Amino acid sequence: MKKDNIQNLGFLVLFLCIVITLFFLGTIIFFVVVRGAKVISLSFLFEAPRRAMTEGGVAPAIIGTFYLTLGAIIFALPLGVACAIYLCEYSPKSFVVNIIRMSINNLAGVPSVVFGLFGLAVFVKFFNFGVSILSGSLTLGILVLPSIISASQEALLAVPRSIREASLSLGASSWQTIKKIVIPTALPGILTGVILSIGRIAGETAPIMFTAATFYIKKYPSSIFSEVMVLPYHIYALMTEGTHPDKQTAIAYGCALILLILVLFVSALAIVIRQRQRSYHHA
Amino acid sequence: MRIKETIYKWIFTIFAFASLLFLVGIVVVLFKEGLPIFKHVKLVAFLFGKSWYPTYEPAEYGILPLIMGSVWVTVGAVLVSVPLGVGSALYLDELASYKQKAILKPIIEILASIPSIVFGFFGMVIVAPLIQRIFKLPVGLCALTASIILGVMAIPTICSLAEDALSYVPRSFREASFALGANRWQTLTKVVVPAAGSGVSTSIILGVSRIVGETMTVLMVSGGAAMIPVSFFQPVRPMTATIAAEMGEAAMGSAHYHALFAIGLILFLVTLVFNIIAELISRRFRIKLGLNR
Amino acid sequence: MHNGTRIKISNVSFYYGNLKVLSNISMDIYKNQVTAIIGPSGCGKSTFIRLLNRMNDLITKSKLEGSIYLDNKDIYKAKEDVVAIRRLVGMVFQKPNPFPKSIYENVAYGLEVNNIKDKAFIEHRVIESLRKAALWNEVKDRLHDSALKLSGGQQQRLCIARCLAVDPEVILFDEPCASLDPVSTKKIEELILELKSDYTIVIVTHNMQQAARVSDFTAFLYLGELVEFGHTEKIFTVPKNKKTEEYLTGKFG
Repeated sequence: MKKDNIQNLGFLVLFLCIVITLFFLGTIIFFVVVRGAKVISLSFLFEAPRRAMTEGGVAPAIIGTFYLTLGAIIFALPLGVACAIYLCEYSPKSFVVNIIRMSINNLAGVPSVVFGLFGLAVFVKFFNFGVSILSGSLTLGILVLPSIISASQEALLAVPRSIREASLSLGASSWQTIKKIVIPTALPGILTGVILSIGRIAGETAPIMFTAATFYIKKYPSSIFSEVMVLPYHIYALMTEGTHPDKQTAIAYGCALILLILVLFVSALAIVIRQRQRSYHHA
Repeated sequence: MRIKETIYKWIFTIFAFASLLFLVGIVVVLFKEGLPIFKHVKLVAFLFGKSWYPTYEPAEYGILPLIMGSVWVTVGAVLVSVPLGVGSALYLDELASYKQKAILKPIIEILASIPSIVFGFFGMVIVAPLIQRIFKLPVGLCALTASIILGVMAIPTICSLAEDALSYVPRSFREASFALGANRWQTLTKVVVPAAGSGVSTSIILGVSRIVGETMTVLMVSGGAAMIPVSFFQPVRPMTATIAAEMGEAAMGSAHYHALFAIGLILFLVTLVFNIIAELISRRFRIKLGLNR
Repeated sequence: MHNGTRIKISNVSFYYGNLKVLSNISMDIYKNQVTAIIGPSGCGKSTFIRLLNRMNDLITKSKLEGSIYLDNKDIYKAKEDVVAIRRLVGMVFQKPNPFPKSIYENVAYGLEVNNIKDKAFIEHRVIESLRKAALWNEVKDRLHDSALKLSGGQQQRLCIARCLAVDPEVILFDEPCASLDPVSTKKIEELILELKSDYTIVIVTHNMQQAARVSDFTAFLYLGELVEFGHTEKIFTVPKNKKTEEYLTGKFG
């Protein structure tokens, strides 16, 4: 009898763990949604801020987030996928390649603020791109490069050897095999990785603090060398700078909600694609 | 035809080495920009100096308060996230019905992507005032608040990775235990958890690594005082927050600038060690369970 | 009995790193005949057949000694184009390995990668190949369905059709029935006998009855060496070598 009591107690504790976890995370989402929804309106989404950030919308920050994310993906996607293709398809399985793989894995765990330092030293200062969309995009691009490489590698490795051999045996060259068989088969996996990266880039703040973001700018960005307002940094700035904390907090709730919807939607999309892919492989 | 093949191969080689160049570049830049601080201050004095006054005259660059800030916040966050994360993973793996798991696992994975700035913001507007009221503190922004927020933030990561590890334990292990008359709890604690142990520890280490490197949350809720904390109710200034808060003001090439890069270098090395340990353990885990990948 | 040598294998040895897996093999493969390679598992028969279309090139740290001539050309000479060789020497693998594409695209693939653009010609060739592979009647109404929806036996015949579409002269079968049921196996065997009039065929099999049923010539490999080679009925009725006799009578294997 005692044995079962311990079991019941143990199971109760585990049940509480998941309940507490979901409660905490649910609370965050609840507050952001309820309070954010109050300020979100069409003018909040499509207008520029007014009166020192206490009124108006956050359109420039939404646009800035879009530009930075787009720039980072344009930079990191070809580079990362090409790197993964080289590692999986062309390079011999040597010691050097293993070292490269390990360093890519490790770089995926480097704190994002460290990438910010790199971007500052290299893009802002050394290449003299200044605090700009370009510097920020490149920094964010490098930040997600390891995850794009590992996701692509995983997807490429999952392509069975047998169908590569079939393609080669029909007289296809290795490039034709990669282009027509390997990449199309690996595409859903690569896409999942890329979409997850988009979610991550859109929410990153630390790496763009000193490479791209500015608290307040009157004009919309005109070139890749412009500074930009960005949603996550805008939240930070609203909470730590300025003179009307109450009004600014309300706006910050709105920004947080937009960011949350964006990121959760994107990662839900990626997870749905992955789930489908899994069931396809098991079928 | 052959020429085309060779060209493609070269294009990929160049791309691959370009990405490597960037990644290696990070290490090079951190060393190049970080090491010059040791012209101003000795390594021991830098690591163990008790005062961080980078803008005073004369400036002092002792990062012990920052290190201790990171340590306190990390320990606090681990106390929150590990029990809840692993406990939730055990629930998902062992108790949840197939349907529950099919819903909860993706939800937890999706929650793992909530940006840290949202956590920081929530900590600032909701949790900090609450902590201030409950414990009657002068300010709510302190190590405790940072620990709670960071801990909650790391739960989805730890839970999701730990659940993966648990799900790799072959069903035959469980069946063998049931066949010997063990109940589910005994099977869980004596067979499943030990078998998945190294996989679960990998998830914990990766979670801790994420906590150590987290910036925006601690920048917003830890209070920002660069002193060695003696209790969880004091404000602290972890290393990441220091870099984020001060880099904007540090003049390029100044001692302060180099000091911040040196802190970045230390952060880099610490997370590198965590990741290498995690990789080694998970490799052993895969061998132990006969998973070849 | 036969009309000329198609492939001449001369003193071939093959190494994985330092491990010698094939040792000094010499034999001829004759035109429009079925040559079976038999032997216990691990004897090197799969490695051997994969040398004939240079499939082992994919394995790093492997080394070949000796020469293999296809119509008097040494296929391992540096100036020979491996892609051109694989076009002449088609291959069907142990496990059916259709591409995750439609049935039609699977068969058309080989033509596409060989830069054939004429749509009408491709369509004609796809239908012809599916007919030759005795699959046409089963798939003619669903050419654009995924090939992965076909049964194992159908998939294997699709792989044969895919191979036929590029119009090779030699077809290598590497244990084509290893993962198939008896009914599908019978269909594939009938197909091989039909294809013989147009192609030169080499088949690896661990199934001695299969070798006896489909082949004109049989080579018995054991521990990387060619023990005996000759007319199939002779090998099966009056083997010269004691090892061959022991294998055929089930003493080991």
